[in-house]
Amino acid sequence: MKIEVLGAGCPKCEALAAGVRAAVEKLGLDAEITKVTDIIEITSRGVMVTPALVVDGQVKSCGRVLSPDEIQGMLA
Amino acid sequence: MAKHNNCFTGPTLLFACSGAADVGEVADLVARQLTRDGVGKMSCLAGLAGRVDGILASTQAAERVLAIDGCDMDCGRQVLELAEVEGFGHIRVTDLGFEKGGTDATDDTVAKVAEKAWSLLDQADNGEDKA
Repeated sequence: MKIEVLGAGCPKCEALAAGVRAAVEKLGLDAEITKVTDIIEITSRGVMVTPALVVDGQVKSCGRVLSPDEIQGMLA
Repeated sequence: MAKHNNCFTGPTLLFACSGAADVGEVADLVARQLTRDGVGKMSCLAGLAGRVDGILASTQAAERVLAIDGCDMDCGRQVLELAEVEGFGHIRVTDLGFEKGGTDATDDTVAKVAEKAWSLLDQADNGEDKA
């Protein structure tokens, strides 16, 4: 599983990334987590509101720091 | 695009019909002008119609959305409705005295429509609309 957190590095982006790491650990997933901070790369996905969560190439969420339950639901 | 603390949050997204008619061209140019002016960020109506996930999710997370249609076919409005975007603002070039098939996409025309769009977004800022 490839998980990407898109955002320029604001506290919300960091919070989402931390939540993703916690969810991956809790679920015991074999996942590669990448932070994408390049604006060109972010907008090339059609994402205009960050932070965004991308799982295996699919944009799952934009503009919110997801709750642990929401993240786990998107990764399960 | 609104930018706070290095993060894109709650931007105003602009969708033009960008249709083949002259008034569609005006709608397209207005969205681009408003983007250059920093009023909002033009996004891709075709991306919404094509269900591109990043564009769908960003639109649903946007603080404000404005559809700019050229004529009363309202293609932009209908695409937004099919994408289940709620509470967006809407303007139509032909409602502003411009005739489909008889309008040159001049700077003056673009400026007049852009002014109307700006006014609508200002009303939304003042709580007079849901745009």
